[in-house]
Amino acid sequence: MFMFEKAVVGSRRYWSWLAFLAAVIALGVACYWRQFQYGLGITGLSRDVTWGLYIAQFTFLVGVAASAVMVVLPYYLHNAKAFGKITILGEFLAISAVTMCMLFIFVDMGQPTRVLNVMLYPTPNSIMFWDMVSLGGYLLLNAVIALVTLSAERKGLAPPTWIKPVILLSIPWAISIHTVTAFLYSGLPGRSFWLTAILAPRFLASAFASGPALLILLCMIIRRLSSFDAGRETIQKLALIVTYAMIINVFFFLMEVFTAFYSGIPEHKEHFVYLFVGLEGQAPLAPWMWTSIALAAVSLVLLIVPRYRHNERVLAAACVTVFLSLWIDKGLGLIVGGFVPTPLGKVARYAPTLPEIAITLAIWAVGCLMITIFYKIALSVRESLAAAYQQV
Amino acid sequence: MSTNRRGFISLAGGCALAWAGKAAVEALSEQASPVVQGKRWAMVIDAAKCLREKGCRKCIEACHRTHNVPALAEPRHEVKWIWKESFEHAFTSQAGEYMREELRGSPVLVFCNHCNQPPCVRVCPTQATWKRAEDGIVMMDWHRCIGCRYCVAACPYGSRSFNWLDPRPHVEAINPEYPTRTRGVVEKCTFCEERLERGLPPACVEACPEKALTFGDLRDANSEVRRLLRERYSLRRKPELGTEPEVYYIV
Repeated sequence: MFMFEKAVVGSRRYWSWLAFLAAVIALGVACYWRQFQYGLGITGLSRDVTWGLYIAQFTFLVGVAASAVMVVLPYYLHNAKAFGKITILGEFLAISAVTMCMLFIFVDMGQPTRVLNVMLYPTPNSIMFWDMVSLGGYLLLNAVIALVTLSAERKGLAPPTWIKPVILLSIPWAISIHTVTAFLYSGLPGRSFWLTAILAPRFLASAFASGPALLILLCMIIRRLSSFDAGRETIQKLALIVTYAMIINVFFFLMEVFTAFYSGIPEHKEHFVYLFVGLEGQAPLAPWMWTSIALAAVSLVLLIVPRYRHNERVLAAACVTVFLSLWIDKGLGLIVGGFVPTPLGKVARYAPTLPEIAITLAIWAVGCLMITIFYKIALSVRESLAAAYQQV
Repeated sequence: MSTNRRGFISLAGGCALAWAGKAAVEALSEQASPVVQGKRWAMVIDAAKCLREKGCRKCIEACHRTHNVPALAEPRHEVKWIWKESFEHAFTSQAGEYMREELRGSPVLVFCNHCNQPPCVRVCPTQATWKRAEDGIVMMDWHRCIGCRYCVAACPYGSRSFNWLDPRPHVEAINPEYPTRTRGVVEKCTFCEERLERGLPPACVEACPEKALTFGDLRDANSEVRRLLRERYSLRRKPELGTEPEVYYIV
């Protein structure tokens, strides 16, 4: 199977990492089994806050998945050679992230055994139907592209010509997955926090900051663990993308704040008030939201000042702050903030439970496991190629 | 059966034509005569009459007993088809500092509005909830629902409940004439479509001692609901959202 033999040889450190991930996954599976039998009442969700940690992770990870386009697009449309070496890393990241998205949707279903009803009764007026189409298609596109280009690389050949249009198709498709995901929320009457035309652009901006930031960190980790070096130029180009995307993201966020508060419409304001200062004495997310703001501010300083950005240690710190800031923003605040206050103006409570957190961590662990194995395969292929060239 | 190329093509063409024809007939029949569609059920609630008996829960009890609605102690997991909401929460844009004192905090009966443009139906990915063409009731299929709760997020009235747990142990006395639900599906008021079928009014209407609830057909100009709406001033919840709720409140 697909160069899988490369994944079953590795150092002790490699195997201990896999064992750790497997343990986290096992715990999550046990908790999910309990949820499957007992019902979603095992989570902290309620009648009023009906989506929480699971759907928030899904939303955040769609962004990570979409960000693969930020290496594919410059390489294939602008011939930015620096990205040639890491397009495969972007595609594997996308595959892992989309898989996590699908798992998060799956564990959020009240009747998971009926989930294929979405395909048995296709419903074009439901955005969820289109989200399934776009996510499924994106997974397929990236799987085909990664498999074909890596197989060609292993044989020392250029990839077949037919793959080029498939790669080009994956570019708008990446934009579509996050646009459609934003439409899930922004088309609902009575949920004023999401009812904003800038939600999709904001999703894209935050995606193109958080995804490439993660990719930079992954490149830095890989450089320490293997002989593969993405190269300073590649990392600096990615850093520039993160910088622009993060600036645009913060700009979009401030536009939201302006519209909500200058118009003074309570239904638009109150969600921000709830998130940042609290309503009726309840502010469970305020510390998180302010942390997100602080991290965003720090990241902007570190990214915008060239001296800092060019220093790779500082850049690593900047990428961590970007990733955490946006994870809090989308992976915590966005979904819960949309439900509270409720359309009836009530301040509902939500806090994820331990089983809910364990299931969430397990799905993240599945993603880490996939990235580890995929990157291991890709880098082993390159290492054996390099070794073969040296012999010649 | 032997099929040649020509035969197959003409069969496929015939099928396509028949399908297109069916779609065209359906589209035309929808546009041509909306009145032929039949009834449009609606409810008119006389708030003053409803308030007469303090703490009355007869309609709620009748509904929940009839439909095997579980009574869950944990408020997070509550399932409710009809309940009382304070005026300020039911009519979020109507409340104010100097409003009529008797309205402040007064309980308002709320349930599914059976909207003409239901957002819950628009978002459902499996058509497990739909607006019935013949009478406008927003229906549900509890065997098809996948429990994604998109409809719960879409409803601007909080009218939909999700079964966070197995509801059956929490139903006091199971009414064998009505289905119970399983965990993991969404449910709400159905305007008692099972009773309407037998020519009976909704259970809440029947149970109300003050006759505060009037149920009827909006398409019938002589119906009681039309008379009330013609003669009295009425409110609807969040009409500005374009959902066109079909539950009216006479205040």
